[in-house]
Amino acid sequence: MCLAVPMQLVARREWDGTAELGGVERQVSLMLCPEAQVGAYVLVHAGYAIATVDAAEARKTLAILEELLAEDVPE
Amino acid sequence: MRTGGAFSDRTTVEALVRRVAERARRLERQVTFMEVCGTHTHAIAACGLRRLLPPRIRLLSGPGCPVCVTPVDYLDRAEALAALPDVIVCTFGDLLRVPSSRGSLERARARGCDVRVVYSPRDALSIARDHPSMRVVFLAVGFETTVPTVAAVLAEAESERIANLRILPGGKRIEPPLRALVADGEVHIDGFLLPGHVSVIIGADAYAFLGEELAVPAAIVGFAPADILLGVAELVQQVLDRRPRVANLYASVVRPAGNRHAQELIARFLEPVATRWRGLGVIPDSGLGLRAAWAHRDASRIEVAVPEPREPQGCRCGEVLKGVVEPPACPLFARTCTPDTPLGACMVSSEGTCAAWYRHDRAGAGTAA
Repeated sequence: MCLAVPMQLVARREWDGTAELGGVERQVSLMLCPEAQVGAYVLVHAGYAIATVDAAEARKTLAILEELLAEDVPE
Repeated sequence: MRTGGAFSDRTTVEALVRRVAERARRLERQVTFMEVCGTHTHAIAACGLRRLLPPRIRLLSGPGCPVCVTPVDYLDRAEALAALPDVIVCTFGDLLRVPSSRGSLERARARGCDVRVVYSPRDALSIARDHPSMRVVFLAVGFETTVPTVAAVLAEAESERIANLRILPGGKRIEPPLRALVADGEVHIDGFLLPGHVSVIIGADAYAFLGEELAVPAAIVGFAPADILLGVAELVQQVLDRRPRVANLYASVVRPAGNRHAQELIARFLEPVATRWRGLGVIPDSGLGLRAAWAHRDASRIEVAVPEPREPQGCRCGEVLKGVVEPPACPLFARTCTPDTPLGACMVSSEGTCAAWYRHDRAGAGTAA
């Protein structure tokens, strides 16, 4: 039930936004995420944007993943 | 932006499984890691992670499915409210088929009660706006991910003066059950995979007590297979190093302090109260009830006759939710209790531990009925 999906914010008017994912658009409320700007990726849960997605942090997690994959382990 | 590709890629997942297995070889004993999020339960089962991991690592599901932990008396009350002629009950779909003492909301709807499935609490607000002569009751079940959306709708209802919207408070906090599970000690937990989207709201710092106070390893993780494996690798490392801490591996959306706007809205409308969890009993401060100022929004104040709560005989959902037993240990599992004819709450939602096992893990467990 805590499912949330990252979508791109393509338009906003005050507290109301339009978010898009794979050609599907949804109306989302920005009440919980007023800082979200058009163009940003937001995490959407039950009709509300609950966070903006930080690309730099996403890359850091990816780097941790790559580091683990590159770990030198004796066979 | 989400790096979904790499995190779901098969080659990456296989390589990660090998890395985790290599790390696990250094463990002195079997370790048990628990996730406490229905979306994780579902993700782990759907991608068959249990079968990929070495036997030294046991993944357990905890009380993370909000529908599953909601006690039967909540459903009985919802059903009684639905039976009132001037009430429309709005609910997330998951709750519809959970057995109550006498039936379910689905059966109440079949009898003619006005029960509507909504995707967002905002839909309940629209329904209230459209039906001013009816009392519209939203079944506010959920963890801290969902709770702020309910608070936001209450704020809208107040500012727009939509008087006929109420909620039946059923929101839950994650910290008290985590503490209860560790204190209870019935299952020794070597680490927690923490719920990614709850963490978006409460923040990574909210779990400091796990590392500092309870010395339990913990990792906040996302929901792709690689996210979860990354978390498992981190937990193994913490066990090996004997250095429990809270690792935030979902920092793209989880900030140290969480979502302040959401926290403020929750605090404006709701306050921690003692509440009952299926399986765990009453835990102090683990629920979120309406503050006294908003009593006019509280559907639990509407007087209805509620029957003596009755759980299905033989059902072991309570123990499954604590991780004490796995679903195949229940005498009803896959025999009389199936996703088509659920007897226990954990068999209803696709996020329920029993439903997830039924669909994905029966063959691997070798305990299929």
